[in-house]
Amino acid sequence: MSEPCLFVIGATHHNVPLEVREKLAVSNEAALRESLSRVPSLKEIAILATCNRVEFYGVGLDEKAADSVQAAYCAMQRFEVCDFEKIRISLTGREAALHLFEVASGLDSQLLGENEIFGQVKEAYAAAQARGSAGAVLNRVFQKAFQAAKHVRTNTGISAGTVSVANVAVDLASNIFGSLDGVRILVLGTGEIGEGTARAFRSRGAADLAVASRTPEHAAGVAAGLGAGTVPFEEREHRIADCDIVVCSTSAPSTVLSTAAIHAAMRRRPARPLLLIDMAMPRDVEASAADLQNVFLYNLDDLAKIAEQSRAAREAEAQRCRTLLAERADSLWRHVQERLAAMRVNGADAGPAAPPPR
Amino acid sequence: MLAELSDRQWLWCAGALYTVGLLRGTVSVVRGGHLSPAFMYFTILAGYVLQFVGLGIRGHATGGCPLGNQFEIFQFTAWSAITLYLVVGVQFRSSLMGYFTSCLGSALTIVSLSIPEWDAVRRTHIFGGNPWIELHAALAIFSYGVFGLLALSSILFLLRHYSLKSKHLGGWFSFLPSIRDLDHIEVRLLGAGLALLTLALVFGAVYWSKDTATVDHAKLAATVAVWAGSVAAFLLRAVGRLLSRRFAWACLALFAAALLSLEAVDVSRHPGARPASQVRAP
Repeated sequence: MSEPCLFVIGATHHNVPLEVREKLAVSNEAALRESLSRVPSLKEIAILATCNRVEFYGVGLDEKAADSVQAAYCAMQRFEVCDFEKIRISLTGREAALHLFEVASGLDSQLLGENEIFGQVKEAYAAAQARGSAGAVLNRVFQKAFQAAKHVRTNTGISAGTVSVANVAVDLASNIFGSLDGVRILVLGTGEIGEGTARAFRSRGAADLAVASRTPEHAAGVAAGLGAGTVPFEEREHRIADCDIVVCSTSAPSTVLSTAAIHAAMRRRPARPLLLIDMAMPRDVEASAADLQNVFLYNLDDLAKIAEQSRAAREAEAQRCRTLLAERADSLWRHVQERLAAMRVNGADAGPAAPPPR
Repeated sequence: MLAELSDRQWLWCAGALYTVGLLRGTVSVVRGGHLSPAFMYFTILAGYVLQFVGLGIRGHATGGCPLGNQFEIFQFTAWSAITLYLVVGVQFRSSLMGYFTSCLGSALTIVSLSIPEWDAVRRTHIFGGNPWIELHAALAIFSYGVFGLLALSSILFLLRHYSLKSKHLGGWFSFLPSIRDLDHIEVRLLGAGLALLTLALVFGAVYWSKDTATVDHAKLAATVAVWAGSVAAFLLRAVGRLLSRRFAWACLALFAAALLSLEAVDVSRHPGARPASQVRAP
């Protein structure tokens, strides 16, 4: 007999390299939600899509719901299901809840204990709520995940000395330029991560910042907050020659800086090193630019690897966190089982609970 | 008791101190531990003082700057490089620079002390009482010391470049200065070395122009080749044609060429080539 179940299915940085994550990045979430709304046995769904993971937290009337979500997602991404199954995570029941606890706490992050993921999980949950696709089970699981994440961050040292991608980027820049006085920085994209990195540079003494965005109003807003100038997005490649650091975090579907353009810029300033920090997913900078003389290109995976070097200090705390989270997941799972049992009694003839996207 | 020590014994003590810095630094590097810049600096400073005393005794005995044989030239080159490190090294913010300086100091002093043939013949009054020639020789060898420090900076540059391109920034790579600072240091050291060598050649040329018969062609060719190489590297760097790793490799090659040219300089001091007296080492 089919059982209603809580599941999570997806792909994360643990098993999926950057090049594949680019192919798995959700470019049209509205269309994906539309597609998922047609999965008949799916009662609830929340999508967590970040640079390092795409995860679907769902509640299905039977075990096939997860497979249907996977099929719909792979069809949308034009990704072979058999290939996806080799790299995916697929958890159900208590393990799925525990996984969300660990994700929200930063224990599953590339940068162990980082804080940004907590906000991203909250956004994913808020989006699911706004679209009415989070029901009784997901509401409880996510609320408990937030409580658990706050609990471990408050009661353990997992966040002590936490490195963020932004701080790693600034440290990296000091390895190339020494003092950041007089270093000229161009920020491409106005997303949270790009703006956060620009703020980190500003706090470490960089004074000459400029922002460019495909949406000029966004660039103007972010630039005003940073006390920076703006640059028309179309002039970005021409402006590289004047910059020492370019921080890229656009949501453009393809690269916005070509190797040829960077090469041309370097010919105008060959003796000065150029640091390209590509935090976008998919990537903003052509990978072959890394081979150019005096060009240093770092993407998200590279920054995470650098941050790994401070991981050991927090690894012991991580084990303590996992024990705390497991206790809370057990407690939650007892309550969720009751709701799933109620769903089994009441929901045999229930249709899909997730309404079409607004 | 100290007064009874010979010049070579002082120099052995200096070499031992440089080697202590080398070994202590190597242990720290291998263990991935902390390299103390202060320890490095003061160990090298102590070695430098002892070497200064040793070279002073030798200079007093030879009646001038001690550059009369291969041993003395190597010792003076090491002393020159370390002089520059002690003056400007504190600004490098790099204990690794101290480590590599101790490597260079240890290598040049210990190797030259370990080859008795290099110090078998001690020449005295090799400059014939001509202070311009003495200045020429001292400046030339001092410039080679600057090239020695340039070679160390180039090694640090290559290591930093490797760490940035391979994205390994932890461990002892974290002790390296920034790649831009290293590039600036390289350019300045090359400029300083070139200026000193040019001055040395100018002083030498004034003397040679009066007595061209005493000019040893092999020595002249070797020295001019090093100078021309320095000029070429400096100009190519200035116009942006020799950059980054290639510039660092060129600087290393320059120092290797400078060391090789010392052989030609030493050979030029055959009896009869210059009015100098020789003393067989005891």
